[in-house]
Amino acid sequence: MHLQVNGEDREIAVAPNRLLLDALREDLGLTGSKRGCDDSSCGCCAVLVDGTPILSCVALAASYERREIITVEGLGSLGELDPVQEGYAEMGGAQCGYCTPGFMIATKALLDRNPNPTMDEIREALSGNLCRCTGYMQIYESVKYAIEKLRAKSAAQVPATR
Amino acid sequence: MAKNINGFNLIGKPMAMTDARAKVTGLGKYADDLSVPGMLIGKILHSPYAHARIRCIDTSQAEALAGVKVTATGEDARNPYGILPIGHDERAFALGKALYIGDNIAAVAATSSEIAEQALDLIRVDYEQLPAWFDPEESMKASSNWINDERPQNVEKEYHHVFGDPDKGFAEADFLAEERYYAGEVNQAAMEPHATLAVWEPDNRLTVHSSTQVPFYLHRTIAAVCEMPMSQIRVIKPLIGGGFGGKSEIIPLEVAACVLAKKSRKPVKITYTREEVFLAHRGRPITIVYLKVGMARSGKITAVQARVIQDGGAYCGYGPVTVLYSGALLGAIYDIANVQYDGFRVLTNKPACGAMRGHGTVNVRFAFESILDQLSHQAGLDPLELRRRNLLKAPCITANSLRVTSYGLPECIERVFERSGWAAKRGKLPYGKGVGVACSHYVSGAANPIIRSNMPHTTVHIKVDRDAAVTVYTGASEIGQGSDTMQVQIVAEVLGVSTGRIRLVAADTELTPIDLGSYSSRVTFMAGNACLNAARDMREQIVAAVARKFGCAAEDFETRDGRISHKEDQSRNLSFDEAVAVALEFHGALTARGTYAPPETARGGKFKGAGVGPSPAYSYSAQVAEVTVDTETGQVRVDKIVAAHDCGKALNPLTVEGQIEGSVYMGFGQALQEDMVWKDGRLMNPSLLEYRIPATKENPEIESIIVESIDPEGPFGAKEAGEGSLAATIPAIANAIFDAVGVRINSIPITPDKILDALREKQKSAAGNKANASKKPVVAGVSR
Repeated sequence: MHLQVNGEDREIAVAPNRLLLDALREDLGLTGSKRGCDDSSCGCCAVLVDGTPILSCVALAASYERREIITVEGLGSLGELDPVQEGYAEMGGAQCGYCTPGFMIATKALLDRNPNPTMDEIREALSGNLCRCTGYMQIYESVKYAIEKLRAKSAAQVPATR
Repeated sequence: MAKNINGFNLIGKPMAMTDARAKVTGLGKYADDLSVPGMLIGKILHSPYAHARIRCIDTSQAEALAGVKVTATGEDARNPYGILPIGHDERAFALGKALYIGDNIAAVAATSSEIAEQALDLIRVDYEQLPAWFDPEESMKASSNWINDERPQNVEKEYHHVFGDPDKGFAEADFLAEERYYAGEVNQAAMEPHATLAVWEPDNRLTVHSSTQVPFYLHRTIAAVCEMPMSQIRVIKPLIGGGFGGKSEIIPLEVAACVLAKKSRKPVKITYTREEVFLAHRGRPITIVYLKVGMARSGKITAVQARVIQDGGAYCGYGPVTVLYSGALLGAIYDIANVQYDGFRVLTNKPACGAMRGHGTVNVRFAFESILDQLSHQAGLDPLELRRRNLLKAPCITANSLRVTSYGLPECIERVFERSGWAAKRGKLPYGKGVGVACSHYVSGAANPIIRSNMPHTTVHIKVDRDAAVTVYTGASEIGQGSDTMQVQIVAEVLGVSTGRIRLVAADTELTPIDLGSYSSRVTFMAGNACLNAARDMREQIVAAVARKFGCAAEDFETRDGRISHKEDQSRNLSFDEAVAVALEFHGALTARGTYAPPETARGGKFKGAGVGPSPAYSYSAQVAEVTVDTETGQVRVDKIVAAHDCGKALNPLTVEGQIEGSVYMGFGQALQEDMVWKDGRLMNPSLLEYRIPATKENPEIESIIVESIDPEGPFGAKEAGEGSLAATIPAIANAIFDAVGVRINSIPITPDKILDALREKQKSAAGNKANASKKPVVAGVSR
């Protein structure tokens, strides 16, 4: 089957019961998405499918042919981090880092559809992800950092009128 | 680089972690992310019975399954091990008896995880079930069928300590409180399930990549279990997805992977499922505390008596240390002269408990700070004021021989008093809302190593060569707390270079000198000091060569902003690169070393069990929790927690705040919602769906306040920041609930049913007393 991952077309042979998370980690070597539980409760394995975060540990790879999948590896590059990645790196949003890919995927999905979320909306959007290190406060700071960064970026892109 | 006001370039400035980019790009590798060609997947067979004799194990059918390369049972590795020298009672796989549901019976390694799973089903085990023990107080009464034949009455260890004259102290008390407290069992639940990759090398050596906080103890243990010299084994710690003590001793999958790799001569990886993480456990034990505290009218505590029973599970683990910490840290936060402590570590047929964050102090702190709140109400004294009246006067030695060098608790108390609005809120909020205060403390590393010796606890090497890069070789284990970053900061500060010039090689037994590990909050104090010493050694060598070149004295030079400059004559200066070349010409090679061992005066008293509790320095925390209690549903919402933590000196305020907030968060979870639920030795909630760690929606707002007492022996004055705050959170919440609705819940987690029971009880007794309907506290306790 063909998986469209991070803008690339990848061809793999998978059993019908192969989980998307295992296909990403083991067949494609994209180990950034993590397994933290076995029952869709932690969010460490979250990836974007057509812009919506899903839990790849409870998704069958075979169901995602021709869907656009973005994993943590596709958020930005070492040359240019995504503002969300920058936020989590700079503001302490990543301590042990294990839940971070899932949190960044959830954050990315939130900011793509709502660039100015309220605190409650941030809490809501991240409520499917568990972090055991931070107590969430620095994760909120990380999200706010990304919001500011994105705002500055879009302001720079809008040509000055008048 | 601008010099900041305290005279440091980097110390005290918030700094992103050095491994942050590896983490946010998904490129960093954790143990389960590693794979090597030809790697087998290992799976472990667990006991379905809580206590059973193993009559025989037949692995022949499993071995016959295509794809299965090797199986292993207890006969393959008979040597016992355990984290404490006095507790070598575990084996790679059970020999003779299975001691809990989940105990390790056998393992297989196969070409895929599916085949390995299938093979487990083909292993035949003949068990004979034995009577089992699940309740610690019942277990202590056992006259037969002991879990470990060498531990009569199922008591792993007991300690009895008396300091001062408790009888006299109680006789002098004007107020007395006596309560029973109960704390349920909790698990670290680090987001990364444990994983180990053991690689059998072509030269018959063994390389082990493992999710461990203690690579050097793992190294020793594998050597003992696999009967190989340590020199033939290399342990490498990759990125670790959180530990909190759950990876601070040897975990069964680590030895199982090594036994399978040695037997098959192939690489073997084992990764736990989340259920297996709960079954390997090493969390905080069920703790029962019988506590009696006497207080004079002045508010001065006159005596303390505690009987503590911990449900340790089936193996020793860190057990004796846990029960000793509970005694050592019980009263030592305050100035208390008379203390009696009786601690029991009891075996039951459940997974072994271990050293969870705030090791040994959390559950007794909950009891102690709750009873202080009760006493303050009995005496009509503000609970915060009560604490002010019992402070130590540092430097001092506590009644149980702990040396206190710096003591920021008074400032912590004053800071939370101001920031929480205590004076305006305590006892004054509307019914259903309340505030509570509590304090806690913790060690900055154990002053005595687990395996007694006079060797350093940490050694650091630094190498500088012609590229003028500074390579730091350290054994310290980064587990997400900022260990690597802290060491980079210290070395860069001393050498006056940017952090980008420092390369850190860490926690690899082949490359790095020893550090005992990331436990007991020891890394900043101990590895930090070793780094400081090594960096000063390197600085001295470089500056000596530069001074000689200019014909000046070494003291005339400073290292700053990537240059070595004469303090008065700025024209005499070299860039760091030039200085390194000069130093290499002069010295030939540039290597430096630093070590740290706690001073003799920090190592505690001479009585039995005195070795646990002493630390070169202690951190302190004071917290105020503000809660809203829904009296219809019993639901508690924690609106805010203000937490002040004395970490000596915040080397990196960003990570210090992260540690305080993470501790408060974990305390919050234990206070209200985390609980391992047992039924006849079976864990009923072995998943993150049912064992509920707090998510964004439940978690309170946390305001962290850094207090800097500048410890005389800490690196730049620093002490620990990662554990000390946890213990105060739980009693702060419990005390706030009392302030809100007038009931005391002496059993954690404080679930809605306990609140409702207590409220009903209170109503009944209020009706009985025809008491007025105002917010007069009528004490109704719940204690499981």
